[in-house]
Amino acid sequence: MTCSRRAFLKDAVGGTLASVLPLSAFTFISSAEAKAAIAESKVRWAFLVDTTKCVGCGLCVKACKNENEIPYDAEVTRTWVERYVITKDGKAHIDSPMGGRDGFTSMEIDGEEIEPDNIDKAFFVPKLCNQCDNPACVQVCPVGATYQTNDGVVLVDRDWCIGCGYCIMACPYGVRFFHPVHKVADKCNFCYHRISKGMEPACVECCSFGARRLANLKDPDDPVTKIITTERVAVLKDEYGTKPHVFYLGLDANVR
Amino acid sequence: MPDEIIVHGIEWTVKELFVYPNEYIYWSIQIVMYPYMTGLVAGAFVLSSLYHVFGQKQLKEIAQFSLVFSLALLPVAALPLLLHLQQPLRAMEPLLTPHFTSAIAAFGIVFTVYALIVLSEIWFVYRKYFVEQVHALKDQPGLSNAMRHMVYRILTIGAYDVDVDAIRVDKKAATVLAAIGIPVACFLHGYAGFIFGSVKANALWMSPLMPVIFIMSAVVSGIALCMLTYIVIREWQAFRRRRQGGILEASEIKGAEKHVIDSATRYLVGFLVAAISLEMLDLIFRGYTAMKSWDILRSVMYGKDFMNIFVLQYTLGNLVPFVLLLLPGRTMKRTVLALLLVLFGVFMMRWNVVIGGQAFSLSFSGYMHYEIPIIPHSVETFKEGLFGALTVISVPFILFWIINKFVPSLQRETSGE
Amino acid sequence: MKWHVLRPLWVAIGLIGAILIARVFLVPDDFGVHGRNFTYGFHRLSNVQEWKDFPVKYQGREACVECHEENVHMLDASTHATVECENCHGPGVDHPDGVESLPLDTTRDLCLRCHAFLEYPNSARGDLLSIEDRRHRRRSECIKCHNPHDPKEDMR
Repeated sequence: MTCSRRAFLKDAVGGTLASVLPLSAFTFISSAEAKAAIAESKVRWAFLVDTTKCVGCGLCVKACKNENEIPYDAEVTRTWVERYVITKDGKAHIDSPMGGRDGFTSMEIDGEEIEPDNIDKAFFVPKLCNQCDNPACVQVCPVGATYQTNDGVVLVDRDWCIGCGYCIMACPYGVRFFHPVHKVADKCNFCYHRISKGMEPACVECCSFGARRLANLKDPDDPVTKIITTERVAVLKDEYGTKPHVFYLGLDANVR
Repeated sequence: MPDEIIVHGIEWTVKELFVYPNEYIYWSIQIVMYPYMTGLVAGAFVLSSLYHVFGQKQLKEIAQFSLVFSLALLPVAALPLLLHLQQPLRAMEPLLTPHFTSAIAAFGIVFTVYALIVLSEIWFVYRKYFVEQVHALKDQPGLSNAMRHMVYRILTIGAYDVDVDAIRVDKKAATVLAAIGIPVACFLHGYAGFIFGSVKANALWMSPLMPVIFIMSAVVSGIALCMLTYIVIREWQAFRRRRQGGILEASEIKGAEKHVIDSATRYLVGFLVAAISLEMLDLIFRGYTAMKSWDILRSVMYGKDFMNIFVLQYTLGNLVPFVLLLLPGRTMKRTVLALLLVLFGVFMMRWNVVIGGQAFSLSFSGYMHYEIPIIPHSVETFKEGLFGALTVISVPFILFWIINKFVPSLQRETSGE
Repeated sequence: MKWHVLRPLWVAIGLIGAILIARVFLVPDDFGVHGRNFTYGFHRLSNVQEWKDFPVKYQGREACVECHEENVHMLDASTHATVECENCHGPGVDHPDGVESLPLDTTRDLCLRCHAFLEYPNSARGDLLSIEDRRHRRRSECIKCHNPHDPKEDMR
């Protein structure tokens, strides 16, 4: 009986291996014509946010919603502005009503009226997708619906996303959400349709104060790249190892 | 067809203080149900394998039953995911274009392999019975008999050889599959744990212990469910026969076998101790190392979720059944109570991990409260609400009832022993 | 050798084969690793172009100046020079071909975005001229008195 068991196991393993070999015909690797996509790109998109210039008008959020067809009244947004008010007791009061879509026009935060005499500092922090170099969201997608282009932008394939939400849970920055109409994952993509035509992202275009700027890190003559490389900039949550590509000037220690 | 603009998650999420604009409780009750159901699957299979592989003779009766019940649970493990997906029609994609860097993609393959192993093992165990049924129903009149005859013919897959050697080979194959199945069942549930434990963005989930904790509590829940269902069915059968009256054999009125329950209880307690120890270890480490997230985690665990974690899960769900099962003079009633509490405890563990991990914002400066939709008023509030969960929990029993009609798992005499 | 033991294996192989065959029909041909590596580059290649083809809505000031020279020049010379036309007029899209007239936002709320007084020290907001909404002509639209293309001009 031992030889029957051995033979059985041998045949089982052999049969499985034999079935695996034809798998090579269904390869995941692209053909020669797609090699161009893998080739080194002359562009690596990055972003510079200057929090010392942001006044919290929220026109960027409004522009983003219009440009990228995110339902205006839906409480999700590809980019948003956070307000930080640090009071003298060291407490940070933070809010972002509708993502800052309507700007900030009242001193009230979370129903609490903050006394001006009590304020040490106050500022606004715009946030958007960091188009990370090690995007955790791409790593966890089970079906290959989200990916990184060779110029650094992370995109979502609306026709392939199954809507599991794993990418949304994996992003440490909270930039992803489910699109209320398309019912797939969505996020800022630096207005890929605009920057690929030489235009600026809508939020950059509509910021009247120069708080938002786009950069091509691979172009040494890009003025924004020069700022990123020569001045003191910071990124958000670098402890996660995601290597974010949105750089901040004037990023405060209180910023979450 | 008007597209309703519903932000997924907004109806059952209440935000407090500062939460990022796009943050909602995206993974709600169905994602709690999913590891719970896969845990029951894995646990039921391990229990069955304790007999088939490790020859624990006292478990023979419950082993048969838990193997078939494991099969009934299998499709139900995938059901919560189908209800959760925003694009359920694309559910096959993880099998078509699996992105293996994602735990969920690997799960699709592991799940399929595991399903094949369970199906194959059941086939080897019941093949002789199928062949016998084919012969018995061959020339029987009536449509129902003809249909059953057809079903059994398909189930034999054309293998009609039932001589002594063939049956012996069947038994060996079942043993081999049961053995292979144990690591696969562990993989199946370890992956569920990995899905959470590898999310570095979530301060509560991120832990190398998560896969192990999940496996341990999965086995606990599987054994508990099998024991519970076994007791209930046996006692019900005995009760029915006693009511019929007349002359009864001793074996006919006996309910659940004590030695079976005793043996299974020992394993249950062992895995329960392992699960509790690991969870305690995780908690102690977090408190001791006090990383950036500790402040908000502490306020969630010791504050908002204190009831859910320490009262419902650890005390009611772990400590009380532990005591109930170990105190001398254990009765069947006490065992049933302990098993119900254990099942509840494992459910709370899943709840506290999934919902608890979303109870605080990524900003570490705010909270999200989960208000599970009770009365559904839309497809979404049904799928991701109480009734969706109740659907998921009731389907395995319905499936088991159907499967049991063709694969009898509660008879005292089956093939392949 | 009892060959019937292999029956379940054939069924399993058949199932896997069916999935692989289904894959040929259901998975787009250009799906694969296009990019750095499998981790970050596994996708359907044609999706990149689909995103590039997404319609542009905001056209930018260069598009406006073609027909609205006077207003644009006035704006360029004013303190509102850095404010985009489309911030107040809405995205141009295919105006004037598709949309004859853009919906202009004349509400106070639009101006208050920048000009509502927030007493924040050391903030860029403080550099802007601002009003306390309640105390400054509550019931009028700002543009009744202030020319948005040249805020220093008194329209009264």
